[in-house]
Amino acid sequence: MARTTFGRGALAALSAAALLALGACSTTAPEGSDAGSGDAGSGDDLITIGFSQVGAESGWRAANTKSIQDTLTAENGFDLKFSDAQQKQENQIQAIRSYIAQGVDVIAFSPVVESGWDAVLEEAKTAGIPVILTDRAVDSQDETLYESFIGSDFVLEGEMAGQWVAENFDGQGIKVVELQGTTGSAPAIDRKEGFASAIAGTDIEVIDSQTGNFTRAEGKTVMEGFLQAHDDIDLVFAHNDDMGLGAIEAIEAAGLTPGEDIKIVTIDAVKDGMQALADGKINYIVECNPLLGPDLADIAKKVIAGESVEKRIVVKDEAFDQEAAVAALPTREY
Amino acid sequence: MSARVGTVVKHHLFWPLAALVALLVACTIKRPAFLRVSVLDDHLFGAPIDILRNSAPLLLVALGMTLVIATRGIDLSVGAVVAIAGAVALTFIASSPDPDSLGTVVGAIFVALGLCLVLGVWNGFLVSVLGIQPIIATLILMTAGRGIAMLITGGMITTVNSPPFKTLGSGFWLGLPVAALVAYGVFVVVAVVVRRTALGMLLEAVGINPAASRLSGVRARTLVWTVYAASGLFAGLAGLIFASNTMAADANNAGLFIELDAILAVVIGGTALSGGKFNLSGTLAGVLVITTLSLTVTVLGVSPLVTPLFKALVVIAVTLLQSPALRARLRRRRPGSPAPRVEQPAENPAQEVHA
Repeated sequence: MARTTFGRGALAALSAAALLALGACSTTAPEGSDAGSGDAGSGDDLITIGFSQVGAESGWRAANTKSIQDTLTAENGFDLKFSDAQQKQENQIQAIRSYIAQGVDVIAFSPVVESGWDAVLEEAKTAGIPVILTDRAVDSQDETLYESFIGSDFVLEGEMAGQWVAENFDGQGIKVVELQGTTGSAPAIDRKEGFASAIAGTDIEVIDSQTGNFTRAEGKTVMEGFLQAHDDIDLVFAHNDDMGLGAIEAIEAAGLTPGEDIKIVTIDAVKDGMQALADGKINYIVECNPLLGPDLADIAKKVIAGESVEKRIVVKDEAFDQEAAVAALPTREY
Repeated sequence: MSARVGTVVKHHLFWPLAALVALLVACTIKRPAFLRVSVLDDHLFGAPIDILRNSAPLLLVALGMTLVIATRGIDLSVGAVVAIAGAVALTFIASSPDPDSLGTVVGAIFVALGLCLVLGVWNGFLVSVLGIQPIIATLILMTAGRGIAMLITGGMITTVNSPPFKTLGSGFWLGLPVAALVAYGVFVVVAVVVRRTALGMLLEAVGINPAASRLSGVRARTLVWTVYAASGLFAGLAGLIFASNTMAADANNAGLFIELDAILAVVIGGTALSGGKFNLSGTLAGVLVITTLSLTVTVLGVSPLVTPLFKALVVIAVTLLQSPALRARLRRRRPGSPAPRVEQPAENPAQEVHA
């Protein structure tokens, strides 16, 4: 009796382990893996690039992933190994370690959080694999740990949002609530800082600030809480479109009109957000360009060719008000 | 008199309800109008309504979890099932030619619930027929399930615009949120079925001693199989409500850690993880505590940096107060308490009342 139980337990543990491995594999994209056909080194002229994405938490991220997968193709000279970290740093570190073990030519990743990367980046450096950061930065003191950081200037994005609010509402004593991104992430920290610095010296007041974790569901529940906690909210500043879209739902459920009774300012400019802006439910969106694929391809080629690259490549961001959204919407790629 | 107070305090619902009241009082002190419910656009509106609506998915998941735990099992896969249900339903609606039609939405709901029932049956098969440890058996789907959901959505967040589907999560019927009506309706039906028939007793028998109950003619295997299937189905329904709430299927984040919240709700409600006696009213209280806690964090303006710590402190307080060992120790330390002689009978509730 005891023996069969043990046998069953072992069998179960084995099948669980097998499925764990399957689960990890199923998130890697099929693109590019056909050309690589097993050997991790650059067998032909293809540059093998291991990319660890944050997750699929928002529409922005989806556009970013698509840009990278569409650019780093075999036709363009790349063998892309893509993995999704599901917003967990440990998954990302694991993915980077596996890329090091496979001996890829370049490692690129968008760090989930800012801190705690030194050890694994040191390993990559020791293995002689150049690292490129995309979208989000790390707070490491040692700049030699990575070749380049491609991405938007989050502080500037926060400032642009804050400036628009200051220009339009200074002197009216408006009260702002803020929906922050994932606690500890670079965009959340920087956008908060940029917004605060842009409205400093005005009579605009941020009366509450909570994390909505960059997701629509949490943006909605947190906004519901804000509406219960405060009577006098004039404006919502959301660190991304998805939380802003969640806030719209909560505001509508409270019988108020988003865009009029409560103004909404967000960052990202993904399709759903732009649509809401064109519909008048959002008042202003600062773009955060997700199309980093071409820049990444360019830098990766230069790094492999031994050319020097700039440590910081800032992607140009625009901003849209409601009229601009109506004009821009038909031609938007994402 | 003190004996009566003692009985009330000893009731399994006392501490969870005390915690719930404490949270509501804290919110009301901060916001005097917190508990006010008003009528707005022909439906009720206010914090209590928000709590009811937002508790719907967790209530469904915790309901299934209570039944599973009663049979000495556990179902870790519910979070993944929540994600799969949303992914299936929204992908179905998004790919249909007419997303606005009621037929499409009903079809999507049936397909999603059907698949979740199959997943629940799969868990039940692993546990009841193959005899795999429940924690391992359901861990398989917990890990693989999000992969399945990602596969269905193609790694993207699927969003749709379909008014009939939106009704499930955000709509109102007779002034009350549809999501809450569905979840609480299912809860009442299950409670009646379990408590008005012998089913509840049989489940407890299986949980207390599977071998003895089987020998006395209880069909333990079928019962265990059924509770896992029910857990899968309820998690699927929770997933539909969750997806409908935001009209987006997020394979990574939908229902993330809901299995832990559900287990917590069951434990706060006084059902032991070792199986046997279970209580659904306790689970309901636990669910309301957890949902209210999230709203309390926002209303009190707790900094996002310490939110997890704040939640943990509340949970620790409730579970500690419920711990029989700690309560016995506190009673013993209290000045003027009966002589140590009474210590042994104190374990027996019947004698305690008479003391």
